[in-house]
Amino acid sequence: MTQPSHRAYWRAHLKLIASCLALWFLASFGGGIVLRDALDQFRMLGVPAGFWFAQQGAIWVFLAVLAYYGWASHRLDQRFDVDDD
Amino acid sequence: MSLQALTYLVVGASFALYIAIALRTRASSTGDFYVAGGGVHPIANGMATAADWMSAASFISMAGLIAFLGYDGSVYLMGWTGGYVLLALLLAPYLRKFGKFTVPDFIGDRYDSSAARLVAVLCLIFVSFTYVAGQMRGVGIVFSRFLEVDLGLGLVIGMAIVFFYAVLGGMKGITYTQVAQYCVLITAYTVPAVFIALQVTGVPLPQLAFGATLPGETVTVLEKLDAVVTDLGFRAYTEGAKSTLDVFCVTAALMAGTAGLPHVIVRFFTVPRVSDARRSAFWALAFIAVLYTTAPAVGALARLNLHETLQPGPLADPAGSLSYAERPAWMKTWEATGLLRFEDKNGDGRIQYYGDRNPAFTAQADAYGWQGNELTVDPDILVLANPEIAGLPDWVIALIAAGGIAAALSTAAGLLLVISSAVSHDLLRRTWMPKLTDRQELRAGRLAAAGAILLAGYLGYNPPGFVAQVVAFAFGLAAASLFPALLLGIFSLRMNAAGAIAGMLTGLLFTLGYILAFKGVFMAPLFPNTADHWLLGISPEGIGAVGMVLNFVVALTVSALTPPPSAETQALVESLRIPRGAGHAQDH
Repeated sequence: MTQPSHRAYWRAHLKLIASCLALWFLASFGGGIVLRDALDQFRMLGVPAGFWFAQQGAIWVFLAVLAYYGWASHRLDQRFDVDDD
Repeated sequence: MSLQALTYLVVGASFALYIAIALRTRASSTGDFYVAGGGVHPIANGMATAADWMSAASFISMAGLIAFLGYDGSVYLMGWTGGYVLLALLLAPYLRKFGKFTVPDFIGDRYDSSAARLVAVLCLIFVSFTYVAGQMRGVGIVFSRFLEVDLGLGLVIGMAIVFFYAVLGGMKGITYTQVAQYCVLITAYTVPAVFIALQVTGVPLPQLAFGATLPGETVTVLEKLDAVVTDLGFRAYTEGAKSTLDVFCVTAALMAGTAGLPHVIVRFFTVPRVSDARRSAFWALAFIAVLYTTAPAVGALARLNLHETLQPGPLADPAGSLSYAERPAWMKTWEATGLLRFEDKNGDGRIQYYGDRNPAFTAQADAYGWQGNELTVDPDILVLANPEIAGLPDWVIALIAAGGIAAALSTAAGLLLVISSAVSHDLLRRTWMPKLTDRQELRAGRLAAAGAILLAGYLGYNPPGFVAQVVAFAFGLAAASLFPALLLGIFSLRMNAAGAIAGMLTGLLFTLGYILAFKGVFMAPLFPNTADHWLLGISPEGIGAVGMVLNFVVALTVSALTPPPSAETQALVESLRIPRGAGHAQDH
């Protein structure tokens, strides 16, 4: 199991997870909480943008992150020949 | 047909459906009973997870909470959905690869320690029981309000239905009834929401009605709402009372707590492969998002509706407030339940509903001759009363009743299953009676499920005073105890039993201690529960986030100072990280 290719797969996978978590963090803790007041000067679908992120947008971003992760992680599995198909 | 008869018909039809599914999906092995044989399609599992997750609290209480909290209600929306990102990225696929039956199974095997397994069982039982009591309570409320049966009888009916499919079918029966329950509850939630969005804004989609301009006016729903509530002395809807740090911490605690909840995690043990676990998490969140993006619109529209009903005229006009004698029928029905109360403080026979704790508004209220807020509205009634407030047809009201019951039953069943498997699998088979055969374990699992249902029903009928408080804190406790132990077990090869146990105990005790100090369960609170007394202004609801950080720090420090885990354990961890080769979830 300590094959070098497995190590390389895990490093690449960790990078993918980190970039997905960055989006997750930005949409919720960023847009909806810390940057909320700054964003509220803009509007999103008629709602002040910070408030919109907190009550709608963060959830849509989470969904997009999971869709992307499902696709990208499977592609990574195939590239390193560790997929479960 | 009368509303009563229609409600019986709709609720009865939903029960018949659940029982029919239960009869077709009997469990014949422990694999069926614990993880539905491991062959559930990722989309079906996503739907079942959504029903499992969305409890009576999500269905009945959340939109109402948001309606009265405004921006501060965002913590629930982000916290209870963002947890699925953590679950999908950090836990579910690896725990699926591990391929055993329960969460304590993982903790016990990964840390090669029965002490760690027992700590995990304790956390699991504590978290799950507080939850399940809340669900049975929700079933009771819906029964007593819509079917006008006694609370106790309502509970017995609910228990009998859950008993039937959870005990017979185990995870297999629960999974397919949850799929049906999701369909019932999401229809019941979205149909009235669409009607109300159309009525108020002319836009059918609640997610868009949220920011729509009101017909015949130049302002949007939220601008109008802000104006209406501030005129009445309430805090502006789009502003929060919590500090930014507190909102941050509460959201973090709810997210990590969600990812650490055993009844949600085990749902991902039922899919065939690791990649299915990732896909299934996407579907689960998609099905949950339908309700969670509708809820803030329902909250805002319901709040606006409520104020416009109660204050149809100008504030300065004494006849501007609704006359109590002319109150609509829905107010009378909800007054009967005690969840809506009117007290005519200034004796003018009219309902003055305003923010009487706002010192800046006192002079104005005095000038109007108002002598205090006269109406108390329990947030729980908003979703249930919404169709009546909006004057929707009777079949929509009947549907809401069936939806509320579906939400409560599906969550209760999922929780009962993890409780019974913790008893029959983790305590009996893995700890006390390793010689148990598969058939004996299955029988023990059914007995444990039956026992758990009886206890949950009892707790639902006689809720100990602290249940309602504790439910909200279960997330903080899960975030501070189970979540770091699971995460480190996968992402750190070096983490050992000493580190994990020290971390779990530190997180649990710190969080529990802080909550007890301010909330005073079993004793008088040590400090007043106000922001000036809180640590850095973090409320007891958000302290789980700090407990989680402490858990990580203590676990990493202790494990660095003690010997690393065995080569065998490290090989197990490395194998978790490779998707290939996940068999069906199995016994040992």
